[in-house]
Amino acid sequence: MNLLTIIGEAFQALRVNRLRTGLTMLGMIIGVAAVVLMLSIGQGAQIQINNTIASMGSHLLLVLPGATSSGGLRFGSGTVKTLTAGDAQAIAELPSVEAAAPVVSGIAQLNYGANNWSTTITGTTPDYFSVGNWLIESGSIFSEADLRSATRVAVLGKVTAENLFGNEDPTGKTFRIANKPFLVVGVLAAKGQSLSGRDQDDNVLIPLTTAQRQILGNQFPGSIGHMLVQGKSADMMEEAEMEITRLLRQRHRISDRMENDFTVRNLTAIAAVASTTAKVMAWMLGAIASISLLVGGIGIMNIMLVSVTERTREIGIRMAIGASHRAILTQFLLEALMICILGGLTGAVLGIGSAWMISQIVDMPVVITLSMIGLAFAFVAIIGIFFGFYPANKAASLKPVEALRYE
Amino acid sequence: MSDKDLTQNQPLIRVENLCKAYQLEGHANQPICHQVLFDINLEIHSGEFIAIMGQSGSGKSTLMNILGCLDTPTSGNYWLAGRNVAYLSNDELAHVRNHSIGFVFQGFNLLKRMTALDNVATPLLYAGMNRKESRKHALTLLQQTGLGQFTLHYPNQLSGGQQQRVAISRALVNQPQLILADEPTGNLDSQTSHEIMTLFKQLNENQGISIILVTHEDDIASYANRLIRLKDGRIIQDKNKCTR
Repeated sequence: MNLLTIIGEAFQALRVNRLRTGLTMLGMIIGVAAVVLMLSIGQGAQIQINNTIASMGSHLLLVLPGATSSGGLRFGSGTVKTLTAGDAQAIAELPSVEAAAPVVSGIAQLNYGANNWSTTITGTTPDYFSVGNWLIESGSIFSEADLRSATRVAVLGKVTAENLFGNEDPTGKTFRIANKPFLVVGVLAAKGQSLSGRDQDDNVLIPLTTAQRQILGNQFPGSIGHMLVQGKSADMMEEAEMEITRLLRQRHRISDRMENDFTVRNLTAIAAVASTTAKVMAWMLGAIASISLLVGGIGIMNIMLVSVTERTREIGIRMAIGASHRAILTQFLLEALMICILGGLTGAVLGIGSAWMISQIVDMPVVITLSMIGLAFAFVAIIGIFFGFYPANKAASLKPVEALRYE
Repeated sequence: MSDKDLTQNQPLIRVENLCKAYQLEGHANQPICHQVLFDINLEIHSGEFIAIMGQSGSGKSTLMNILGCLDTPTSGNYWLAGRNVAYLSNDELAHVRNHSIGFVFQGFNLLKRMTALDNVATPLLYAGMNRKESRKHALTLLQQTGLGQFTLHYPNQLSGGQQQRVAISRALVNQPQLILADEPTGNLDSQTSHEIMTLFKQLNENQGISIILVTHEDDIASYANRLIRLKDGRIIQDKNKCTR
């Protein structure tokens, strides 16, 4: 008997007991819908976290000054200004480093017309934009020439721009930082909250030299607050960390017995942990949902066993007119498989639909991938074959005489 | 010698020292055996029309099941068309049932969910034919048995006689050498019974199909050319009679 004919017969058998078939299928529908929904929500959450991480910039190292000791008295990192712009330039030359951006920052009052706003002023180099993964919404970033000549130009964060300029386009307008006029050359694209909850869009970026000389003067001219370093690749982070340490020890003339007067922190490591956690959560949700698939599978096995018992006589007749072991086995296996596949299909549609609805209602990214649906289907098919085989084999192994005699 | 010569010279069925015992429930160490058939020896030639008679419990149904390859003997040999089928595997037996034997049962045993046409076509499907082709064959056969206008009826929409005709068509569809009919008229009124028996007689005489019939009734048995009587699992009478 060819496969197409058997599929036809299996379909017919399922149609006879519509209610029973429907209820059995419901187990599969709910199971697949739950798996698809959970996986898509989980992956959505994962992507949300990854986006936040990516907004920080990729493979970043943070170099902080300080951690000095003076006559046995140890200071925490950042207490002493030991890093300079020259250090940043030297680090940028290292083979494992893509770019290094020195940063000085402080808080200052901004004025434009009648508006005023207080925010963080960040003095840095043009490299900062690429290292920190900052995108420009309008205008441009300041240039190396601005840096060299300490021009009064500024790039505004989205939130700052809105607070100071309202609906106006700030580009090309002049405003004041600590009463000194600055020209707005660009506005940054919004990034949202950082992992720690800080609003990354409330800031003003100006050339490092301008900040050092005109806004945030301090007692150590030329020193910087900290440094953001971007490694060449994710694999080279440890190498970069070691090279930076060696270089800075050399530049700061630290002898072997002395502690570092700086600290290098790998920001990628934190991001990796957050990302892994999200991934584990996504899979765990999927795994819990797949338990319902398993329960649905047991339901199928149960119904198929009942069906085989009910149709013992039919099986006997089929054997008497020449059905082989394989023909009977295939027929019942296909019935189980069809419940699974039809249920799986409906479940997938239902799962995708509710995932989409959730994404619309709670404004949360929901990811539906083909591989996810493929996975759910593979699982469903395995369940169909696994739980369908025993009843089907039971049917096919009946003795024709006994099956025919069965009332 | 070709295969054809072989089948012509040999009997269609040869049964030697056939025994059948059922193992009833009991302790595993001391199984209780119930022997149903004792040393059956039988030769049936192609084209014969045989009636097997006997009281209930005489073993006639068991013999029928073994001859129909629905059951296997405990000991002894059974050659069907020169091939020892007594101990074939389940799938080989299925093949024999499909190609060489047609069954007609007392309770018709049609598949309830299928039309008359599909019931007749099913053995062809198991033989590997596609659905379209098999329906064409089935239709021809149903028209020959006078059921041309009932092809799309379901078994429960047909009378007993019509159902049995469908069952006979199903038995014939693979052109078997042998038809086994287990009390085919048991559920039918006497007029329909005689119509069905006339059909069997025609099949035997016109197409040369061997028929083995199990029955209680003498007038049904009288359609056959040879009568085998069983009692307590043994053949007590085996006589040919003149054709009517």
